[in-house]
Amino acid sequence: MMKKATLALPLFLLVAGCSSSQTWGWYVIDPTTSSGWTNVKFLVSGMGATIQISLIAAVLSIVIGLLVALPGLSEKRGWRLVNRVYVEFVRSIPLLPMLFWVFYGLPIVFQSMGMNIPIDPFWGAIITLAISDSAFTAEIYRAGIQSIAKGQSEAAQTIGLNYFQTMRYVILPQAIRRILPPLANQFIYIVKMSAFASVIGMQELTRRANELVVTEYRPLEIYTLLIFEYLVLVLIISAGVRWLERRMGADERG
Amino acid sequence: MPDAAIELVDVNKWYGTFHVLKDINLTVQSGEKVVICGPSGSGKSTVVRCINQLEKHQNGTIRVDGVELSDNPKSAATIRSEVGMVFQQFNLFPHLTVLENLTLGPIKARGLSRKEAEDKARHYLERVHIPDQADKRPVQLSGGQQQRVAIARSLCMEPRVLLFDEPTSALDPEMISEVLDVMVELAQEGMTMVVVTHEMGFARKVADNMVFMDAGEIVEQGKPEHFFTNPRSERCQKFLSQILQH
Repeated sequence: MMKKATLALPLFLLVAGCSSSQTWGWYVIDPTTSSGWTNVKFLVSGMGATIQISLIAAVLSIVIGLLVALPGLSEKRGWRLVNRVYVEFVRSIPLLPMLFWVFYGLPIVFQSMGMNIPIDPFWGAIITLAISDSAFTAEIYRAGIQSIAKGQSEAAQTIGLNYFQTMRYVILPQAIRRILPPLANQFIYIVKMSAFASVIGMQELTRRANELVVTEYRPLEIYTLLIFEYLVLVLIISAGVRWLERRMGADERG
Repeated sequence: MPDAAIELVDVNKWYGTFHVLKDINLTVQSGEKVVICGPSGSGKSTVVRCINQLEKHQNGTIRVDGVELSDNPKSAATIRSEVGMVFQQFNLFPHLTVLENLTLGPIKARGLSRKEAEDKARHYLERVHIPDQADKRPVQLSGGQQQRVAIARSLCMEPRVLLFDEPTSALDPEMISEVLDVMVELAQEGMTMVVVTHEMGFARKVADNMVFMDAGEIVEQGKPEHFFTNPRSERCQKFLSQILQH
């Protein structure tokens, strides 16, 4: 039933779009016409920026998340508090206000400290996405590491490994199999949230669509294509993650 | 007593308000084999876990090789490099092969080359009678083999003292003797050992000193000849009669 419905919807859109050209105007993105082809190229060329922002933000989030997760696993209350405060604070800030704060506010903070560090839309988006997401990755790491039996780190200690060696050689290699699937979810989340970068002027997929809508005034067709652009991106990521999971044995039980 | 490998003096430990270790005094001479027995929850595992600092005691003194344990992380590192530990649940690293399990400590903590570490690992695998399992993963081995790998892993660090925390309690009955045999051989070669176990046959064979614990106290300790035939305390008599019945 569900499957039929999901198939029927795009089909309906297509048929409806082709049959009554008065309400639909697929011509704006019809690649067989020269103006349509120009439009499509313009829209798709935002892909590079979306991918770059998402990838760099994801890598930063993975690093920051681990650095935030580790004190959360400490036996010392002070360290755990550092983790709690960061996670609770960061994950309570909606992405858009944080983006505004970073893009418009952070340069002023830098200035007041005597530093002249301009923040362009590219890095503004990356910093915001990375920090916003890192609170979630930190929790994913913490859950993954805590799921590894305590005996593993005890055994590592008794053969003389220090804390970082224990993490690096014993705990993380085992935890990563459990961490990978939820981390992939977060990556997809980043890709989608990167659309917010459009509001600070970043020329990525959504910004391009907005700009074309303003000149062509064909929002339905252009935003439909936009949705499919994200769909393709996310499907590619999903396939990549599944391949990685198979390679690391994360899809196995136990 | 200049040659004490381990000394516990008036050691006390609490979990919250629960008094797990009460005034524990225990000396283990170099080369000595001490067997600790007692009902579950008596604190015997906690004693060995305190000796290698997996748990902290709140007061009293623990000395290993003359070095007093303190909060100083350096002392913990020194102690751990001299004290090996064999766990009830083996705690092998499942993502590594047997050989990698054995070489990890020597390479990362001791700074040996891969070649030296592997030679040493193969040597100790031979000593625990499983030289041909080096490239397998722990899950591919039987419980008895896994525990012998765990013993070999400890030996690769060439510790001065080896602690055993109920090493045969998680094993199927038919695998217990292969592990105990290895432990008896180690004992005969002069290893200093502290063993928490209910295997009284093993205790009779190797123990120099028997320790009976109950409710966080050392109730009785002595030479096995006296300990088994003529225990002084009632609690110890009762315990022995219960476990020796079968």
